Amino acid sequence: MALLEVTELSKKFGGVQALWEVSLEVKKGEVHALIGPNGAGKTTLFNCISGIYRPEKGSVRFKGEDITRKAPHRIPQLGIARTFQNLELFRNATVLDNIMLGRYMHKKTTFFSEALFLPKARKQEVQSRGKVEEIIDFLDLQPYRDRRIAELPFGIQKCVELARALTLDPELVLLDEPSSGLNPEESQDLCFWIEDIKEELEITVLLVEHDMRVVSEVCDSVTAFDFGAVIARGTPKEVQQHPDVIRAYLGEEEEDAAASA
Amino acid sequence: MKFKLKKSYAEDLKLFEYRSDMAWYGAIVLFLFLFPLWAGNYWTYNLTLAGVYCIAALGLNILTGYTGQISLGHAAFLAIGAYTVAFMTSVLGWSFWLALPLAGVNSALIGLVVGLPALRLTGIYLAIATMGFAFIVEQIILEWPAVTGGANGLVVNRPAIGSWSLNSDASYYYLVLIVVILFVLLTKNIFRTPPGRALVAVRDSEVAAQTMGIPLAKVKTQAFAISAFYTGIAGGLFAPLINFIGPDNFTIIESINLIVMIIVGGAASIHGSIFGAIFITLLSELIRVGKDALPAFLQQQVGFQGAVYGLIIMLFILFEPMGIYGRYLKIKYLFEVFPMYRKDTFRRERKFQKTQRTR
Repeated sequence: MALLEVTELSKKFGGVQALWEVSLEVKKGEVHALIGPNGAGKTTLFNCISGIYRPEKGSVRFKGEDITRKAPHRIPQLGIARTFQNLELFRNATVLDNIMLGRYMHKKTTFFSEALFLPKARKQEVQSRGKVEEIIDFLDLQPYRDRRIAELPFGIQKCVELARALTLDPELVLLDEPSSGLNPEESQDLCFWIEDIKEELEITVLLVEHDMRVVSEVCDSVTAFDFGAVIARGTPKEVQQHPDVIRAYLGEEEEDAAASA
Repeated sequence: MKFKLKKSYAEDLKLFEYRSDMAWYGAIVLFLFLFPLWAGNYWTYNLTLAGVYCIAALGLNILTGYTGQISLGHAAFLAIGAYTVAFMTSVLGWSFWLALPLAGVNSALIGLVVGLPALRLTGIYLAIATMGFAFIVEQIILEWPAVTGGANGLVVNRPAIGSWSLNSDASYYYLVLIVVILFVLLTKNIFRTPPGRALVAVRDSEVAAQTMGIPLAKVKTQAFAISAFYTGIAGGLFAPLINFIGPDNFTIIESINLIVMIIVGGAASIHGSIFGAIFITLLSELIRVGKDALPAFLQQQVGFQGAVYGLIIMLFILFEPMGIYGRYLKIKYLFEVFPMYRKDTFRRERKFQKTQRTR
């Protein structure tokens, strides 16, 4: 059974059909990429999965459970974490505080014991910190622990956002253009991390990606989008050679255009 | 510069990072405990008032500074706390020690209700809504004389422990001081554990907070309730301090007063709330006393105090948006790195308001 199952999902913004009967299956343990030109509806799909948008039609199922109309804060509790294309970090907080928030929904103490800082709350803080440090080690963020987000370079900020998503202990992580704005070296690091996320942390990854090098290097399967609909799916190689995908990215050749006119 | 080698995660949870910090705060607390012995009733009374405002400013800072929900109606919570204590002790004859916690709880419950519209309103609209709430409370106080004494107000006596009455300014000062210390510790605890982090997260990015599994509605109403609880307790301490409360004590000016405190002191900081409360309380006293030295046309000018507050807010927002505490941190940093200080270390980042960034 697929981990995440999207069935005939449709979403409209005014007159724009952002998603049109999109179906998608993400298997447990794979790295799945969504590709497509700008405005193809990839981020809209992410927002529908994470509950920020309500689709008009279709359903999203996670581990067999229908999550289509769940509130946004319920989605991570079920095991889906995500990052954002334009970063949604808590800019005035330190890296550590940002990542510590990933442990919020795992807290077991009540407000009362936290407000009085009872031993229970203290113990939990130490445990959360331990978990956070594991992720910090995993992504090599040690030098930035106590720095404010606003003063860090973009590449590090992206990394912090990834760390925050991983600290949620998800089963599936949605990465929205993880390599955008990174230099070649950083995106190479990203490839290694994605492989480690899959192999070591055993988290399934669904990512939106424009960098075909990253896609062919780390992804097991690819779904290509154009104008809100799926145009091709398969292994990275198959999809890259698919005529519809080439047309979506490069446009039609002139003879074709002339012939069809 | 000081460096500390930390050997366990628990060390990061300590109240004081360095021994020297503990010594300094200890010294301040000791100073405050000895203060009434030499200061005389006048200054003791004023510092008690500042202490009451410290609690209220902490409460407002939790809501406005940390959670980013603007409230222009916090005088209403102060009034609810004050009238709860006044009604229970003067009219019903209950013990103050029972009435004070109930003042906080009562205020928190009403805060919970006021928090509901906050789920849909943001920024200036929320400010207007909370201001409307304050006007409603003001009217209720006027129109419900059976409970509030209406325009005549209520006389509130100082509490007593057994047969020992806290009638003297010094004894009441100690009560307020202890409550302030408790609330400072409470605030500190909230912000070093998950609930405080959730509040800040909601302020900085609502979308990101939700994707961290933080329920927005619950956290926002919680912020209102906590904030109202603090302010209610402050009100409960305020009533016996000034002995007599009437609707005049809780006007819109009082709400603005609280806002000024957190802006001048420093938003989203515990130190800032305390600095702001002390600064503004002493300033209003200074204006009252200093007015005699001013020319006659200024002395008779209505709203002179409001104008001075307005000027102070403008100057702070223009030159030091981080407030007194922000300035303090900068000076401290300057000394820590002494010869290496660079002029643009604190240059402000150009950006839009957070609230405009994430919707």
